[in-house]
Amino acid sequence: MSEFINGLLQLRRGAWEMLASILIAIGVVMLMQGFALWLYTYSFIVTLVGTVMFIIVSHFRN
Amino acid sequence: MSNTLPNRVANSTPPALARRVKGLSDRAIAWIFVAPTIFLLLAINIFPLLWTIRLSLTNYRANQPNRPLAWVGLDNYRQVLSDPDIWNTMQVTAHFLIWTIVLQVLIGFSLAWLINRKFKGNDLWTTIIVLPMMLSPAVVGNFWTFFYQPQIGIFNYVVGFFTGADTSSFTMIGSVDLAPWSIVIVDTWMWTPFVMLICLAGLRSIPNYIYEAAAVDRASPWRQFWTITIPMVLPFLMLAVLFRGIENFKMFDLVVQLTGGGPGSITELTSINLKREAFEKWRTGYASAYAIILFVTVFGLASIYVKALNRVKQR
Repeated sequence: MSEFINGLLQLRRGAWEMLASILIAIGVVMLMQGFALWLYTYSFIVTLVGTVMFIIVSHFRN
Repeated sequence: MSNTLPNRVANSTPPALARRVKGLSDRAIAWIFVAPTIFLLLAINIFPLLWTIRLSLTNYRANQPNRPLAWVGLDNYRQVLSDPDIWNTMQVTAHFLIWTIVLQVLIGFSLAWLINRKFKGNDLWTTIIVLPMMLSPAVVGNFWTFFYQPQIGIFNYVVGFFTGADTSSFTMIGSVDLAPWSIVIVDTWMWTPFVMLICLAGLRSIPNYIYEAAAVDRASPWRQFWTITIPMVLPFLMLAVLFRGIENFKMFDLVVQLTGGGPGSITELTSINLKREAFEKWRTGYASAYAIILFVTVFGLASIYVKALNRVKQR
């Protein structure tokens, strides 16, 4: 966990890609869950942030 | 001058062409070769995408092209993301996605595990198993509608044979409870071989000496399975899950042919719903916003897929 946080602080690609992937996965789960409409409403913005973040951080150094 | 291949090619180039090309840098020549592809990509992919984004911010209706176009901002997105019907469609898609992936991974991995063992007729069985994924989804959807016929269909007959139920007492496609499962069964039948092939590639990439070393250490087959096979096949399984997830998220042809989204809207996946909004209700702006939401989701999943693919490649 501390390695992951260090990676984020040092702007390492692996850690940031992991964070972006988690955001995308959360967004997709929010989009398709059947429990709360508000989660569905905010799913797109979460997925969009994750996807844009993924595109940006994939240019970070390893 | 030596008689190497580049020299021979240079010598055989017509002088006029050589003169014309001579003034261009390598970079310019590369651009000339790549330009048609880039142009096609821009024309076929990028331009329609940008145009869809533009339309999603308007109230455009394709069946009323002369209607004044009004700029509605993010209203279409707001409507799509607060529409309970679309939310329901997403849940139908989720049911389809989750169950197809679970069944395909379980059955695909089991088949790969069996096929990976050496036995007589191994290649023949592999060929027979992969046949369904070589068929067109429209054809598969069409002939499974016959399989599901309550009176003459083979599916009801087989279920009746094993359970003793009356063959015409249930209908897979017409029943609200069974229709979602009918599309899951067909997709699983069609695409399990694909998952099996990926798992098989993973199983065959595990070197034998690892199992031999484990056997020397007296590890049981069960222990070998959980500590060698599963961890080493996991990246391949991840790949299969992501690929099937993306494909099934935009599933259209098979389900349209099989149930048409019915009965009611019980098997209406997002792609079918989107097509209805765009080309039956003609709410083009609204459908464009809907399409962009689906696009971002698939694009996000595809990014993770590419990352997983690179990880497998590095192994």
